[in-house]
Amino acid sequence: MSMFSIFNVSGSAISAQSQRLNTVASNLANVDAVAGPDGQSYKARQVVFQTTPMGADSSAGVRVSAIQESNLPGRRIHDPSHPSADAEGYVTHSNVNAVEEMVNMISASRSYQNNVEVMNTAKTLLLKTLQMGQ
Amino acid sequence: MLDKMTNRLDFHGNALLLRAERQRAIASNIANADTPGYVARDFKFADALREVSEAQNPGPMRLQSATDPRHIPLPAAKTGSGSDSALGYSLQTSPSMDNNTVDMDRERAAFVDNAVRYEATLRFINGNAKTMLSAIQGQ
Repeated sequence: MSMFSIFNVSGSAISAQSQRLNTVASNLANVDAVAGPDGQSYKARQVVFQTTPMGADSSAGVRVSAIQESNLPGRRIHDPSHPSADAEGYVTHSNVNAVEEMVNMISASRSYQNNVEVMNTAKTLLLKTLQMGQ
Repeated sequence: MLDKMTNRLDFHGNALLLRAERQRAIASNIANADTPGYVARDFKFADALREVSEAQNPGPMRLQSATDPRHIPLPAAKTGSGSDSALGYSLQTSPSMDNNTVDMDRERAAFVDNAVRYEATLRFINGNAKTMLSAIQGQ
Protein backbone atom coordinates (compact mmCIF):
# COMPACT_ATOMS: atom_id res chain seq x y z
CA MET A 1 0.00 0.00 0.00
CA SER A 2 1.73 3.08 -1.22
CA MET A 3 -0.41 5.46 0.83
CA PHE A 4 0.98 4.08 4.10
CA SER A 5 4.36 5.72 3.48
CA ILE A 6 2.65 9.12 3.76
CA PHE A 7 2.66 8.48 7.51
CA ASN A 8 6.42 7.90 7.45
CA VAL A 9 7.04 11.04 5.38
CA SER A 10 4.78 13.32 7.43
CA GLY A 11 5.98 11.73 10.66
CA SER A 12 9.59 12.53 9.83
CA ALA A 13 8.59 16.12 9.03
CA ILE A 14 6.68 16.41 12.31
CA SER A 15 9.62 15.15 14.34
CA ALA A 16 11.98 17.53 12.51
CA GLN A 17 9.67 20.48 13.09
CA SER A 18 9.26 19.67 16.78
CA GLN A 19 13.04 19.53 17.11
CA ARG A 20 13.15 22.97 15.51
CA LEU A 21 10.51 24.12 18.02
CA ASN A 22 12.69 22.73 20.82
CA THR A 23 15.71 24.77 19.76
CA VAL A 24 13.52 27.87 19.47
CA ALA A 25 12.31 27.25 23.03
CA SER A 26 15.85 26.92 24.40
CA ASN A 27 16.97 30.00 22.46
CA LEU A 28 14.08 32.06 23.82
CA ALA A 29 14.64 30.76 27.35
CA ASN A 30 18.28 31.92 27.18
CA VAL A 31 17.62 35.26 25.50
CA ASP A 32 18.70 37.19 28.61
CA ALA A 33 21.39 34.81 29.85
CA VAL A 34 24.66 36.59 30.62
CA ALA A 35 28.18 35.28 30.19
CA GLY A 36 29.39 33.03 33.00
CA PRO A 37 32.79 33.11 34.70
CA ASP A 38 34.43 31.68 31.53
CA GLY A 39 33.28 34.68 29.50
CA GLN A 40 31.24 32.50 27.12
CA SER A 41 27.62 33.52 26.72
CA TYR A 42 24.85 31.29 25.33
CA LYS A 43 24.97 30.95 21.53
CA ALA A 44 21.75 30.72 19.51
CA ARG A 45 21.17 27.28 17.95
CA GLN A 46 19.58 26.60 14.59
CA VAL A 47 18.54 23.25 13.11
CA VAL A 48 19.54 22.33 9.54
CA PHE A 49 16.99 20.30 7.58
CA GLN A 50 17.92 17.72 4.96
CA THR A 51 15.83 15.63 2.58
CA THR A 52 16.09 11.90 3.16
CA PRO A 53 14.73 9.29 0.69
CA MET A 54 12.16 6.89 2.13
CA GLY A 55 12.04 3.75 0.05
CA ALA A 56 9.93 4.68 -2.96
CA ASP A 57 10.96 7.38 -5.37
CA SER A 58 8.05 9.72 -4.73
CA SER A 59 8.41 9.78 -0.96
CA ALA A 60 11.01 12.11 0.48
CA GLY A 61 11.15 12.66 4.22
CA VAL A 62 13.02 15.21 6.31
CA ARG A 63 15.68 14.81 8.94
CA VAL A 64 17.70 17.20 11.06
CA SER A 65 21.24 16.88 9.71
CA ALA A 66 22.93 19.25 12.15
CA ILE A 67 22.33 21.80 14.90
CA GLN A 68 24.53 24.81 14.29
CA GLU A 69 25.56 27.43 16.81
CA SER A 70 25.47 31.03 15.68
CA ASN A 71 28.84 32.80 15.75
CA LEU A 72 27.46 36.33 16.00
CA PRO A 73 28.90 38.42 18.85
CA GLY A 74 26.72 38.61 21.95
CA ARG A 75 24.82 41.74 22.90
CA ARG A 76 26.98 44.01 25.10
CA ILE A 77 25.12 46.25 27.53
CA HIS A 78 26.74 48.88 29.74
CA ASP A 79 25.82 48.06 33.36
CA PRO A 80 28.78 48.58 35.76
CA SER A 81 26.76 47.57 38.83
CA HIS A 82 26.03 44.09 37.39
CA PRO A 83 28.02 41.32 39.10
CA SER A 84 29.06 39.87 35.72
CA ALA A 85 30.30 43.17 34.28
CA ASP A 86 33.79 43.18 32.79
CA ALA A 87 36.56 45.73 33.49
CA GLU A 88 34.95 48.31 31.18
CA GLY A 89 31.53 47.87 32.82
CA TYR A 90 29.93 45.90 29.96
CA VAL A 91 27.80 42.79 30.43
CA THR A 92 27.78 40.27 27.53
CA HIS A 93 24.36 38.74 26.91
CA SER A 94 23.52 35.82 24.60
CA ASN A 95 23.43 36.44 20.82
CA VAL A 96 19.78 35.30 20.46
CA ASN A 97 17.60 37.53 18.29
CA ALA A 98 14.16 37.30 19.91
CA VAL A 99 12.28 38.57 16.83
CA GLU A 100 13.96 35.99 14.59
CA GLU A 101 13.11 33.24 17.05
CA MET A 102 9.43 34.25 17.19
CA VAL A 103 9.21 34.12 13.39
CA ASN A 104 10.96 30.74 13.47
CA MET A 105 8.46 29.50 16.04
CA ILE A 106 5.42 30.54 14.01
CA SER A 107 6.86 28.99 10.86
CA ALA A 108 7.62 25.72 12.68
CA SER A 109 4.16 25.46 14.21
CA ARG A 110 2.45 26.16 10.87
CA SER A 111 4.52 23.48 9.15
CA TYR A 112 3.68 21.09 11.98
CA GLN A 113 -0.06 21.75 11.53
CA ASN A 114 0.22 21.25 7.77
CA ASN A 115 1.80 17.83 8.23
CA VAL A 116 -0.79 16.78 10.81
CA GLU A 117 -3.51 17.72 8.34
CA VAL A 118 -1.80 15.65 5.62
CA MET A 119 -1.75 12.64 7.96
CA ASN A 120 -5.43 13.08 8.85
CA THR A 121 -6.42 13.23 5.17
CA ALA A 122 -4.34 10.16 4.36
CA LYS A 123 -5.98 8.30 7.26
CA THR A 124 -9.48 9.22 6.05
CA LEU A 125 -8.67 8.08 2.51
CA LEU A 126 -7.21 4.79 3.72
CA LEU A 127 -10.26 4.10 5.90
CA LYS A 128 -12.55 4.74 2.93
CA THR A 129 -10.38 2.44 0.80
CA LEU A 130 -10.85 -0.31 3.38
CA GLN A 131 -14.62 -0.05 2.92
CA MET A 132 -14.34 -0.57 -0.82
CA GLY A 133 -17.06 -2.80 -2.29
CA GLN A 134 -19.35 -2.69 0.71
CA MET B 1 -16.70 -12.97 -20.28
CA LEU B 2 -15.39 -12.13 -16.82
CA ASP B 3 -12.79 -9.96 -18.55
CA LYS B 4 -15.54 -7.76 -19.93
CA MET B 5 -17.04 -7.36 -16.49
CA THR B 6 -13.81 -6.28 -14.86
CA ASN B 7 -12.47 -4.13 -17.69
CA ARG B 8 -13.92 -0.98 -16.26
CA LEU B 9 -12.67 -1.84 -12.80
CA ASP B 10 -9.13 -2.14 -14.17
CA PHE B 11 -9.23 1.42 -15.43
CA HIS B 12 -10.45 2.77 -12.11
CA GLY B 13 -7.93 0.63 -10.27
CA ASN B 14 -5.11 2.21 -12.27
CA ALA B 15 -6.55 5.65 -11.60
CA LEU B 16 -6.71 4.90 -7.87
CA LEU B 17 -3.07 3.77 -7.81
CA LEU B 18 -1.94 6.92 -9.60
CA ARG B 19 -3.98 9.10 -7.24
CA ALA B 20 -2.31 7.41 -4.26
CA GLU B 21 1.08 7.94 -5.90
CA ARG B 22 0.36 11.63 -6.46
CA GLN B 23 -0.93 12.01 -2.89
CA ARG B 24 2.40 10.64 -1.68
CA ALA B 25 4.42 12.99 -3.90
CA ILE B 26 2.46 16.02 -2.64
CA ALA B 27 2.84 14.85 0.98
CA SER B 28 6.61 14.72 0.41
CA ASN B 29 6.54 18.26 -0.97
CA ILE B 30 4.61 19.51 2.07
CA ALA B 31 6.97 17.68 4.43
CA ASN B 32 9.97 19.35 2.76
CA ALA B 33 8.50 22.86 2.70
CA ASP B 34 11.33 24.13 4.95
CA THR B 35 14.24 22.08 3.59
CA PRO B 36 16.87 24.24 1.86
CA GLY B 37 17.51 23.28 -1.75
CA TYR B 38 14.55 20.89 -2.05
CA VAL B 39 12.92 20.84 -5.49
CA ALA B 40 9.18 20.12 -5.57
CA ARG B 41 8.19 17.01 -7.56
CA ASP B 42 4.91 16.26 -9.27
CA PHE B 43 3.47 14.58 -12.37
CA LYS B 44 0.61 15.20 -14.74
CA PHE B 45 -2.14 12.80 -13.78
CA ALA B 46 -3.90 12.81 -17.16
CA ASP B 47 -0.74 11.98 -19.11
CA ALA B 48 0.28 9.30 -16.63
CA LEU B 49 -3.15 7.64 -16.75
CA ARG B 50 -3.18 7.75 -20.54
CA GLU B 51 0.20 6.07 -20.72
CA VAL B 52 -0.81 3.43 -18.19
CA SER B 53 -4.06 2.57 -19.95
CA GLU B 54 -2.50 2.57 -23.44
CA ALA B 55 0.25 0.16 -22.47
CA GLN B 56 -0.45 -1.75 -19.29
CA ASN B 57 3.12 -1.20 -18.08
CA PRO B 58 3.74 2.30 -16.69
CA GLY B 59 6.38 4.20 -18.64
CA PRO B 60 8.14 7.40 -17.57
CA MET B 61 5.57 10.11 -17.04
CA ARG B 62 5.61 13.33 -18.99
CA LEU B 63 7.85 15.93 -17.39
CA GLN B 64 6.24 19.08 -16.18
CA SER B 65 9.41 21.10 -16.53
CA ALA B 66 8.89 21.71 -20.27
CA THR B 67 6.63 24.67 -20.88
CA ASP B 68 6.52 24.18 -24.64
CA PRO B 69 6.08 20.92 -26.55
CA ARG B 70 9.09 21.80 -28.72
CA HIS B 71 11.42 21.95 -25.70
CA ILE B 72 13.76 19.04 -25.14
CA PRO B 73 12.49 17.32 -21.99
CA LEU B 74 14.86 17.08 -19.03
CA PRO B 75 16.14 13.58 -18.32
CA ALA B 76 14.30 11.89 -15.49
CA ALA B 77 16.01 12.59 -12.18
CA LYS B 78 17.45 9.97 -9.89
CA THR B 79 17.12 10.10 -6.12
CA GLY B 80 19.04 7.75 -3.89
CA SER B 81 19.42 4.20 -5.07
CA GLY B 82 16.22 4.01 -7.13
CA SER B 83 16.06 3.54 -10.87
CA ASP B 84 15.02 6.26 -13.31
CA SER B 85 12.48 8.48 -11.64
CA ALA B 86 9.03 8.82 -13.13
CA LEU B 87 8.46 12.21 -11.53
CA GLY B 88 8.94 15.64 -13.07
CA TYR B 89 9.72 18.92 -11.39
CA SER B 90 7.10 21.52 -10.55
CA LEU B 91 7.57 24.96 -12.02
CA GLN B 92 8.91 27.48 -9.55
CA THR B 93 6.43 30.26 -8.76
CA SER B 94 8.11 32.34 -6.08
CA PRO B 95 11.91 32.19 -5.83
CA SER B 96 13.29 31.92 -2.31
CA MET B 97 16.77 32.52 -0.90
CA ASP B 98 17.35 28.88 0.06
CA ASN B 99 16.45 27.52 -3.42
CA ASN B 100 13.39 25.69 -2.10
CA THR B 101 10.74 25.56 -4.84
CA VAL B 102 7.77 24.31 -2.77
CA ASP B 103 4.79 26.65 -3.16
CA MET B 104 2.76 25.88 -0.05
CA ASP B 105 -0.52 27.35 -1.38
CA ARG B 106 -0.33 25.33 -4.57
CA GLU B 107 0.65 22.14 -2.75
CA ARG B 108 -2.21 22.43 -0.27
CA ALA B 109 -4.69 23.06 -3.06
CA ALA B 110 -3.32 20.12 -5.05
CA PHE B 111 -3.47 17.92 -1.96
CA VAL B 112 -7.14 18.65 -1.26
CA ASP B 113 -8.03 18.37 -4.96
CA ASN B 114 -6.26 15.01 -5.19
CA ALA B 115 -7.96 13.74 -2.02
CA VAL B 116 -11.41 14.59 -3.39
CA ARG B 117 -10.65 12.90 -6.72
CA TYR B 118 -9.32 9.84 -4.90
CA GLU B 119 -12.65 9.57 -3.09
CA ALA B 120 -14.51 10.05 -6.36
CA THR B 121 -12.56 7.15 -7.91
CA LEU B 122 -13.41 5.03 -4.87
CA ARG B 123 -17.11 5.77 -5.38
CA PHE B 124 -16.88 4.83 -9.06
CA ILE B 125 -15.37 1.49 -8.06
CA ASN B 126 -18.06 0.92 -5.42
CA GLY B 127 -20.78 1.82 -7.93
CA ASN B 128 -19.34 -0.59 -10.49
CA ALA B 129 -19.19 -3.35 -7.91
CA LYS B 130 -22.83 -2.74 -6.96
CA THR B 131 -23.93 -2.75 -10.60
CA MET B 132 -22.17 -6.06 -11.27
CA LEU B 133 -23.57 -7.63 -8.12
CA SER B 134 -27.13 -6.69 -9.03
CA ALA B 135 -26.53 -8.02 -12.57
CA ILE B 136 -25.31 -11.34 -11.14
CA GLN B 137 -28.18 -11.66 -8.71
CA GLY B 138 -30.73 -10.59 -11.33
CA GLN B 139 -33.00 -8.92 -8.82
